[in-house]
Amino acid sequence: MTAKIQLIGVKKRFGPKVVLDGVDLIIDKQSSLVIIGGSGTGKSVTIKSILGILRPDEGTILVDGEDVTHINGSARDRVMRKFGMLFQGGALFDSLPVWENVAFGLIQGRGVARAKARDIAIQKLAKVGLTEDVAFLSPAELSGGMQKRVGLARAIAADPEIIFFDEPTTGLDPIMADIINDLIISTVKDVGATALSITHDMVSARKISDKIAMLYGGKIIWQGPTGEIDHSGNPYVEQFIHGRAEGPIKMAVKA
Amino acid sequence: MNPFASIGGATLAVLAHIGRLAQFTGQALAGVVSPPIYTRLILGQMVRIGYFSLPVVGLTAFFTGGVLALQIYLGGNRFGAEAIVPQVVVLGITRELGPVIAGLMIAGRVAAAIAAEIGTMKVTEQIDALTTLATNPIKYLVVPRIVAAVISMPILTAIGDSIGVMGGYVVSVYSLDFNGTSYLKNTVDFAHQDDITSGLIKAAVFGFIVALMGCYNGFNSKGGAQGVGNATTAAVVTSSILILAADYVLTALLFHK
Repeated sequence: MTAKIQLIGVKKRFGPKVVLDGVDLIIDKQSSLVIIGGSGTGKSVTIKSILGILRPDEGTILVDGEDVTHINGSARDRVMRKFGMLFQGGALFDSLPVWENVAFGLIQGRGVARAKARDIAIQKLAKVGLTEDVAFLSPAELSGGMQKRVGLARAIAADPEIIFFDEPTTGLDPIMADIINDLIISTVKDVGATALSITHDMVSARKISDKIAMLYGGKIIWQGPTGEIDHSGNPYVEQFIHGRAEGPIKMAVKA
Repeated sequence: MNPFASIGGATLAVLAHIGRLAQFTGQALAGVVSPPIYTRLILGQMVRIGYFSLPVVGLTAFFTGGVLALQIYLGGNRFGAEAIVPQVVVLGITRELGPVIAGLMIAGRVAAAIAAEIGTMKVTEQIDALTTLATNPIKYLVVPRIVAAVISMPILTAIGDSIGVMGGYVVSVYSLDFNGTSYLKNTVDFAHQDDITSGLIKAAVFGFIVALMGCYNGFNSKGGAQGVGNATTAAVVTSSILILAADYVLTALLFHK
């Protein structure tokens, strides 16, 4: 197995608040890794650092062995073409119809002609179980579950090598959550992508992952194959996966 | 609380703000001259910024021209100079009031709309989404708005100038008993090319200020609905102040003899 993404000693602080305190992580090619952890433990910051939306203060991020920590401009755009991302709130562009949202990366990022991009967008929408008439609606006309599906279609539209999922099931009912989980599994397998998800939904984490890593106190405190999470022997992991209020993890009430 | 610490803190905050704005301006200007150029977006923004602002700019210009004629007539009356109305109206409108009034109207209308739109995109992660779709948010969102505003504002101002002069004409002829033909002749004879061009140059700069402040405040908004509200207010206030400050500087530069 070769590493698709590698984080070495990544640190990030906001003012006096240390969010990432030396994160080391390897994501193998065509594997699905889920990062679990409580709210505010830096899961989103980890993803945003890999994407270059945030710059780490220290450490190195490698994608396909290439150091992408400090690249900018066209080099950044080139690396970004490997990525697709499903945002927690969907982050659909509300000024554009659904099909243009899905086709956005093709039209703007890769210069595909609009008519051709629209056909691809409609195919991708079909993959996530949405019919052609949805393509011409505005994102505001869709339910939360449908917005997630459109977000997923947008994330996979350009057949990315790496797909990130930010809390893919948060805010959905259990059935829709499971449908999204299935879609994540099938779409990732379809395009042969490497997947990185962050979630605190353990049902989803177990279902969509090959490996799980737990982030706590700005560090990865445990990682291993999904099957081993119930025998981790780590009190933090035990507390988290069983959702107990009592244990070594103290929730900060004040941010 | 140590007073020196609070003064120092405030000074540092202001300097950091200026630094961020300068960096943002640099990125935006670099985006204007480097590909890709989103022509479709520029045209769309010209419609939103320019065309849809025509009613408000036209109306304010009309009333400004009218009230200017009335004031000059009443003021000039004190020393028998009421005949100077057409000259002062055309000078005042083209050099000063046309671009400034249009600029302030655009600041209220467009800077607010830009800041609210981009601010909402920021807090709903749409700007992050652009990045993940290999699209530079500065080039996609900021550059088209700045280019459209810089092109639209001189056109809007030229139209506003004409309507403002017409406002002065209407008041002078129908209320102050001026002769219409000689009013127009005086206007045309008196106005110089420089008066009009200087106003249009100002207008382009004001357009740049409005679009830049709208985008900058939108990009730096945080914390949900309240943050977007603050960004919108800041966009209108800062662009209005900067327009008036830039107006003074530009007047001093353009008419420097």
